[in-house]
Formats: sequence, structure tokens, C-alpha cells
Amino acid sequence: MDMRRDSRFENALIEVISQGLPLTSHPYAAIAEQLNCSEAQVIEGINRIMMRGDMKRFGVVVRHRKLGYRANGMVVWDIPDARVTEIGHCIGQYSFVTLCYQRPRRLPEWPYNLFSMIHGQDRDAVIEQVEFIVRQCGLSDINHEILFSNRCFKQRGASYARKQNLTLPGMVRSE
Amino acid sequence: MRQYSKLEQRLLNEFQQGMPLSSTPYADIAKQLGVYETTVLETLKRLQTEGVVSRVGAVFRPNRIGASTLAAMAVPATELEDVAAIVNEFDEVNHNYEREHRFNLWFVVVASDEDQLEKVMAEIEERCGYPVLDLPLLNEHFIDLGFDLKWT
Repeated sequence: MDMRRDSRFENALIEVISQGLPLTSHPYAAIAEQLNCSEAQVIEGINRIMMRGDMKRFGVVVRHRKLGYRANGMVVWDIPDARVTEIGHCIGQYSFVTLCYQRPRRLPEWPYNLFSMIHGQDRDAVIEQVEFIVRQCGLSDINHEILFSNRCFKQRGASYARKQNLTLPGMVRSE
Repeated sequence: MRQYSKLEQRLLNEFQQGMPLSSTPYADIAKQLGVYETTVLETLKRLQTEGVVSRVGAVFRPNRIGASTLAAMAVPATELEDVAAIVNEFDEVNHNYEREHRFNLWFVVVASDEDQLEKVMAEIEERCGYPVLDLPLLNEHFIDLGFDLKWT
């Protein structure tokens, strides 16, 4: 099998399924038509990508804001490097924490190395949840800030393709 | 916010993952919910039109496919909308939020590879005229099972 062509197919497939499946009776067949292959190849391809563990989720992607979860706090923590994994696991275990990522500090302007995302019906709910985490994980000595989101300027699925050369014939880019 | 029917609530909460890989995934979902396939499709279309559902699709782990980073900029309040609009013009940007902080503009950049990511970040910095904080993912400390909407 031509490996290069195969990865080109996978890239196109990844692009299509991250932008979203068509809401029609046979969505994989519709994608197959778009990518010029068979429905079975599409399903096998998605299965292969899934098995590699590259996918977090495959299903209905909701917008929390529109569902009344108006407050979104990105909580950033300045955690001693030696403890970041242990504390990261503690913070990440709660169901109201939707992301918990370690990122580099950028001193002097950015001292925080752990980022967690908390959605709540309102600000007080988010603050309460942060206080809960501080108590449960013993973080009263750890510097942190809550960055509440205001306006959302853009939110959509990631586009992985480099426009110029990864688009296959018949592939539709949707926003 | 309007009231959501039981069916809508279940569609929004129970199907954030595990999209069936059969020929007719929506019919499979309909079967689980005890409704017609057309009802599932119409409901999802309506939720999508309302903006509650972004899409039915895949969410990938950062940096497994392509290269990505979280970026932040400190922009004077009076210029924020203009700068956000410039950032939005980049196809590689998929999330772009105002947050309450000195660093008030936060966006996610996804590119096909590291080189391309670096290029795009430099271009954003140049076109916006403010330094960009580059905060790539180092480690992930949780398992994402979607978000429990806890309907009450």
C-alpha cells in the first residue's frame, strides 16, 4: 500500500470528522462520497484513528455557554515543579473540571504552570468550586488566579489541514 | 435559556462520546432513546441552528494531530475588538476568548506541524503588534469524558 496516500486520506478524514458529521441517515457514506472512497474505508479509518488514542471524544459537541453555563473560569496555578503531576491529578479528578493541563511558565510576566477549566452557571458557582479544590487538594499556599471569560470571538472545530496542499478534491471546508 | 425536552437533554448529555460506527449511527442513537431516526436528526439540526450544538464530530487530543498551542496577548481595552478580529482571520485559530486579566485575549492555534505553527504565531504577533505568550501543552492531567450538564 502507498503509505503517503494513506496518510493523506487520514488527514482528510480527520479534517472532515473534526469539522462535523453530516446530519443525514448515512453520514459515513456521505463522507465517503466527499473523499472518493467507500463507506467501509471511512468507518475503518475512524476506528483506526480512535484506536491510536488520538481522539478525546467522538459525539455531540455542546456549547456550554448556550446551555446556561455562562461562567467559564480558567484557573491558573503556580505549582512547584516537583508537585505538578500529583496536584494536577488531584485537580483533574473532579467532574466540573473540563481541562487540566500543564504548560510552561513565561517569567517574569507569566508565573503559572497549571491550567484548569471550570464551567459554572454563574461566577459564584465557579469561585465555590475553586475553593472546594483548594480545600480538597490542600492548595491554600499555592498562588492562583481565576480568569473569567467575557466575549467569545470564535469557537469551532480545529482545522488541521494546511489550506494550500492538504485539501482533497471535493472536500468542503465548513466554518 | 429555554427549557429543553427530555429527549434534547439526553441527546446533549449522553452522546458527547461514543458516536456509533455503524452505517446508520443516528438510527442507533434513536433506538437507544426509543424514538424515530428522523426525530433525532431533526432535534440535532434544531440544536445546531440554535447554536447549542457546535457539531457532531471528533475532538482530538492536543498535539496528537498537527501541532497546537494556547496563546495570550495583553491588548488595550479600546483595541481589543480590532485585534480579536485580526486573530479571527487566521484559519488556524479555532477558539478566541476575551478573559478578565491583564492578558485579556486568549486563543488556540492549531497548525499542520510545528514549523507551520511557529510561522502562524509569528505572523499573528506581527499583524497584531503585541507580543504573544506561547503556552504549549506539556502534560495532560485528566480524562475527558465530556461535561455532565447535571440537568435539574
